Amino acid sequence: MTTPAFNTTIHHIQHHDASSKVIFGFWIYILTDCILFASLFATYIVLYNNTYGGPGIAQVTSLPYGLIQTLIIIFSTLTFGFGFAAIYRGNRNQVMFWLVITFLLGLAFLGMEQQQFAHLLHQGYSWQTSAFLTVFFSLIGIYGLHILVALLWIIILMIQLSSQNLTSMMKTRLTCLSLFWNFLNIVWVFIFTIVYLMGAIQHV
Amino acid sequence: MFEHLIFGKLTLAAIPYHNPIIMGAGGLMGLVAAVVIGSLFYFKRWKWLWNEWLTSVDHKKIGIMYLVLAFVMLLRGFSDAIMMRLQQAIAVGSHAGYLPPSHYDQIFTAHGVIMIFFMAMSFVFGLVNLIIPLQIGARDVAFPYLNSLSFWLSVAGAMLVNISLVVGDFAATGWLAYPPLSELAYSPGVGVDYYLWALTLSGAGTLIGGINIFVTIIKMRCPGMTLMKMPLFTWSVLCAMILVIVSFPILNMTLGMLFLDRFFGMHFFTSGFGGNPMMYINLIWTWGHPEVYILVLPAFGIYSEVVSTFCKKQLFGYAAMVWATAAITVLAFTVWLHHFFTMGAGADVNAFFGIATMIISIPTGVKVFNWLATMYRGRITFATPMLWTIAFLVTFTIGGMTGVLMAVPGVDFQLHNSVFLVAHFHNTIIGGVMFAMFAGYTYWFPKAFGFKLNETLGKYAFWCWVTGFYVAFMPLYALGLMGMTRRLNHYPASTGWHPYLVVAAVGAAIIFCGIIFQIIQLVVSIKQRERNIDFTGDPWDGRTLEWSIPSPPPFYNFAITPVVAARDPFWLEKQAKLNSGKLPEKPHYTDIHMPKNTASGFILSMFGAVFGFAMVWDMPLLSIVSGICMLVCIIARTFNYHTDYYVKVAEVEKIEAAHYTKLSESENSQVAILSGA
Repeated sequence: MTTPAFNTTIHHIQHHDASSKVIFGFWIYILTDCILFASLFATYIVLYNNTYGGPGIAQVTSLPYGLIQTLIIIFSTLTFGFGFAAIYRGNRNQVMFWLVITFLLGLAFLGMEQQQFAHLLHQGYSWQTSAFLTVFFSLIGIYGLHILVALLWIIILMIQLSSQNLTSMMKTRLTCLSLFWNFLNIVWVFIFTIVYLMGAIQHV
Repeated sequence: MFEHLIFGKLTLAAIPYHNPIIMGAGGLMGLVAAVVIGSLFYFKRWKWLWNEWLTSVDHKKIGIMYLVLAFVMLLRGFSDAIMMRLQQAIAVGSHAGYLPPSHYDQIFTAHGVIMIFFMAMSFVFGLVNLIIPLQIGARDVAFPYLNSLSFWLSVAGAMLVNISLVVGDFAATGWLAYPPLSELAYSPGVGVDYYLWALTLSGAGTLIGGINIFVTIIKMRCPGMTLMKMPLFTWSVLCAMILVIVSFPILNMTLGMLFLDRFFGMHFFTSGFGGNPMMYINLIWTWGHPEVYILVLPAFGIYSEVVSTFCKKQLFGYAAMVWATAAITVLAFTVWLHHFFTMGAGADVNAFFGIATMIISIPTGVKVFNWLATMYRGRITFATPMLWTIAFLVTFTIGGMTGVLMAVPGVDFQLHNSVFLVAHFHNTIIGGVMFAMFAGYTYWFPKAFGFKLNETLGKYAFWCWVTGFYVAFMPLYALGLMGMTRRLNHYPASTGWHPYLVVAAVGAAIIFCGIIFQIIQLVVSIKQRERNIDFTGDPWDGRTLEWSIPSPPPFYNFAITPVVAARDPFWLEKQAKLNSGKLPEKPHYTDIHMPKNTASGFILSMFGAVFGFAMVWDMPLLSIVSGICMLVCIIARTFNYHTDYYVKVAEVEKIEAAHYTKLSESENSQVAILSGA
């Protein structure tokens, strides 16, 4: 019987194709998210000097604090990378382990961001104070929202992994999450540059 | 306190029951809804509606639903237009007209928003969904579930716009809601919030749709169809989808920032606290200018298909057409500032954007000459789609020339915000986009439903539209040069504008006749469908793959994936008599992989509409609940691991055989009639 064998190859090709479509589509989604951030960055550049008597960029940012956040987020790329290597080895427990570590690092980053916001609000500076603080809170806040979504996504994938094993569908989903996580890291590098480094320059 | 938790700002006073015009319109909408719902009960069609349409992920059905949405919104947007024309025709001197300024302002805002976002975009996405997979030999789009989600999100947005007619009010800011006017300080009502949430929902849908169609065209073309063998409609849609992908995130972010301003009291675009309204105007037009090409590029694609089919010739200058489309795609992002030359950018910047704008007319001119050259020595059939195309060539050229005129910054300072501009963009959008949509609708209708539209009534509609267009908009050019600004609710008699505006109102009435003829055409064609039925699947002697399969196509489109060797593959096949229209001797069918229907897109979008409504009215409880419901819908979908299935060979064989039997029966009966005569 040759027909069934022929059919299974066709099925295999179609499933494989589905995964490549999803990943390509996700790349395009990342492009759109990139443009979303680009419009926010452009607004930040236009508005960051408009402090309207409120604090400026040098007063609300601290380079060491931002640096710790940066290191956390960059380190999380590494841990996610270890998890991704475990996918190729087919070791589900290791994948889970590294996802947990990445999750904790993301949580730590979000916690630091929340601390920073709380500190500013405690000092009496909110997003209503000036156009600069509006765009500062929005840029960092929308970034934080992305991290929050990624954390939720990690939890969901861990739940699914516990029942699903490393099927091709789960691999596709993990690949998309990995793309998203790496993309967020790259965006942070730009935020670090135009917010924290620029703040440090103004401080000098 | 408790009341606020549930109802937010919403009170009974939000319903303008003292305004007879609004209540009349609302009552009419309610009546139509009641008739539709009543007949669904009467004919016991709820289950059919749910299983065959609401939960469908079939690209053809989603395409048809988009077209229905487009036609409904065309009626809504056109009634706004005719109300404005009427107001301007009577509100001169001591006559105040029948619309108070606050209502008139909402009408011109709603007209623009509805016509662009919910009529033209739905029309484009409808034809794209219906045709693109068929033209590239695919069985569906890349992500069928997301396709259904895109459509229902657009519906959710359209619902909010229509609800705003009766509950509360719509924005009175103009269709792009420039701040600081659209900020809370100057628009304290819910109008701008309705605007923001309607466009956020439908904008998200459009963005997802853009990614979906782009991936479909890149990844799912049949074997042999290289990029330079794609039909031109597919090419133009590919380029338009690139524009969607690059420009819609800007729109969503910009509207998001305006929302933050209004909801959290932020200062992105306020006039105080260091905010910068010009930032909004720049951002919205970096989306807004590509948007007009998102509409007009697929339109160009439709004309290219129509002109080569109805001239029985290969399209002249295919490669030049492709490069012109690509050039327009890139240049679309370099001209946004020409929308506000007068807003202080300075002479040098204005010069750059003026020249860039004029450059766009070069690839567009290339296209016009290519269409003309295709017609030259062609065997032209003057069917309705071809009539629309010819009318387009003339009308769009006039519109394009007035555009180039306004691209000169010095001239623009005279014409900015005048009705000359209004005439110009209606000239390009009606003459360019709408004519194409009607051409495409007539051209592909038999593909979707298996019978042609009535040609005579189609021609009546055509002549009314074209005549009406010229009568309605040519006076506006003159009025613009006479100094009439746009969005006027009332004007003094000494201006001398009145006669022109009466003529324009007559033009709108003629267009109205065109729309009436289109409705009659649809009804008559459905009633007489036996007379115009088409068993061949190829009623126009077409050239591209969509005509090689039965009409309406089976849900899996192609029983056997086609293999393509050249442009216009179906035409070449027919020329070589390879495709006899008979069942192939020994068809080698295989199981077909298809997506399952899902209610997820529909439910998620309806929660989206509820969420939008709750946010508009500041209802804390409802927004939290509906927001959580949306999140649960999204997550629940990811736990569904069995989203597709296989159609067995036996079923494919049965469906295909049934088609060929019907085809040969109809041929036999035709032969019998001919020999009898």
